Amino acid sequence: MRRKMKRRIGSQIMASILVNSIYAMINYPVVLVNTLLAPLAILAVVTFASRGALLPVAAVGALIMNMVSSGTSLQQDLSHLKNDMRLQDMIVSSPTSSLVYIIGMAISEIVYSIPTIAFLIVLNAIFVKITLLGGFILFLDMATIFTFSISLGFFLSTFTSDIIQSWGFSGILSPLLTTIPPVYYPITYIPYPYRYLAYLSPTTYASEIAQSQTGFYNPGTSGFAIAWIVLLGITAALTYLALKRSRWREI
Amino acid sequence: MRLRTLELSKTYEKKYKALENLSLDLNMNGIFSVIGRNGAGKTTFVRILSTELLPTSGKGFINEVDVVEDAETVRQDIAVVPQEARPLPWLTPLQTVSSYLMWRGYSYRESNEKGKEALRELGLEGKEGQKSRKLSGGQKRKLMVATVIASEAPVIFLDEPTTGLDYLSRKELWQLLSRMKKDRLIILTTHYLEEAETLGDQIMILDKGKLVDIGGIDDLRSKVKLPYVLKVHSENFRIEEDDVQVHNVSDKETFVYGSASKIYGLIPYLVTNKMKFTVEEASLSSIFEQYLGTDEDEEENEEKNW
Ligand SMILES: Nc1ncnc2c1ncn2[C@@H]1O[C@H](COP(=O)(O)OP(=O)(O)OP(=O)(O)O)[C@@H](O)[C@H]1O
Ligand SMILES: [Mg+2]
Repeated sequence: MRRKMKRRIGSQIMASILVNSIYAMINYPVVLVNTLLAPLAILAVVTFASRGALLPVAAVGALIMNMVSSGTSLQQDLSHLKNDMRLQDMIVSSPTSSLVYIIGMAISEIVYSIPTIAFLIVLNAIFVKITLLGGFILFLDMATIFTFSISLGFFLSTFTSDIIQSWGFSGILSPLLTTIPPVYYPITYIPYPYRYLAYLSPTTYASEIAQSQTGFYNPGTSGFAIAWIVLLGITAALTYLALKRSRWREI
Repeated sequence: MRLRTLELSKTYEKKYKALENLSLDLNMNGIFSVIGRNGAGKTTFVRILSTELLPTSGKGFINEVDVVEDAETVRQDIAVVPQEARPLPWLTPLQTVSSYLMWRGYSYRESNEKGKEALRELGLEGKEGQKSRKLSGGQKRKLMVATVIASEAPVIFLDEPTTGLDYLSRKELWQLLSRMKKDRLIILTTHYLEEAETLGDQIMILDKGKLVDIGGIDDLRSKVKLPYVLKVHSENFRIEEDDVQVHNVSDKETFVYGSASKIYGLIPYLVTNKMKFTVEEASLSSIFEQYLGTDEDEEENEEKNW
């Protein structure tokens, strides 16, 4: 019985991955470069404008942006499947639970951006000097910001009722979370009191953690710890909200 | 299979009453047709019982399991094609069916096998490999039906599955539904009253969120005032009678609805004048009109009284 349950959940997760990424990639190969463009564009601008000095920061920043984009794409994909295709109604009324659906969809966003992630990892490996421990911390940092944005995307998608609304959300989120905050440049570049504003965005903390490993910012031990605590706190709160307060079944 | 509701009500946004105190208890296998005008509450009824939408008050049970309190259990046994569901354009028909089956918990291999079989049953076998966006509107509807049929769920909700299907495709689907209905309960909403009548073992008429009546076609017919129809094929037929309803279908054809005694009373006249005619039981569409027509008349009267 237990094994059957496990196999079943495996199937359900696989279905989301197939539908939302693999089949799309097989049937329309052009989407393979879809997720690469936005991070690459900002990366190029920052790199050229800083005459190459900020390339390592921007390379890590592009990875953070990719994680956030996964969340906003998830929100768009889910809204589309729900509102235009009525697929979510079919899933809600099936044995797939909201948690299993969101996990499958989250993985599908990763799979969808594998080409981009692979490219950025190579770029980072070449241009960013980092210790093995630093690399591990970077990985945890990325995983956390990914969880944050996926939860946010899922939470918002359950409230949207049409695609225009959904575009509205993602159009606002993307600049607020990735372009404006110090993701592509060091936080020290922002003068006080504006720096306090930057701390409103969770990506700022993720970026601080990343930049502390690549040597562009030194928050000190306590600053480093605070960044982690805040980032994990926000992520946990949002994940809780996504699982408990999202509108899986309509009212 | 048993379907039971108790004072089920739904009010959208605290204003729009879509369903009002609907109580019913069905214990059957077969097809349950739900009919009613646009906005009558059919989709709302389907969405509440299929655990997609919460009712405002009241209860609903599928095989005595509460659709609100114990939705997880209910979901093991139901499959739904929502009214506006469409196949994802970037999937092939086979990918569409098989991914749905995987969400229901079947393995990849099982899902593909069952998927192929369902597509064959609905006459879509030649299309399984091309993208769904290339299917015609009717083929897309069929594909959605194939998707849930393949699931083998014992309770199936089909919200207007035949809208947009050509006449022959619709009949093919009827045959398929009739074949599958033996050990399942299929809740079918439709605007084709011929379909509701042909397929429905039980028929429910909804109007403005209220249950008007529920029963087999003969039950419903026995409750209306004009259960028979006399079809006269003659240019010279004129009639002035009370308690009948006359429809001049064309200059050569007239339908007269009435009670058995009224209709049979007219026959000697037709025979004497050598007019061609047939007598039939009223179809669901005329029963439907009578049910909802009287309702509107009453409303008009009420308005006049103000
Ligand atoms: N999400 C919603 N918000 C507000 N009102 C709604 C909503 N969905 C339906 N309604 C209203 O509830 C009533 C019943 O709608 P429902 O979709 O159940 O009707 P229906 O019988 O399925 O109609 P149709 O034959 O056109 O599909 C309608 O008056 C409709 O305007
Ligand atoms: Mg409807």
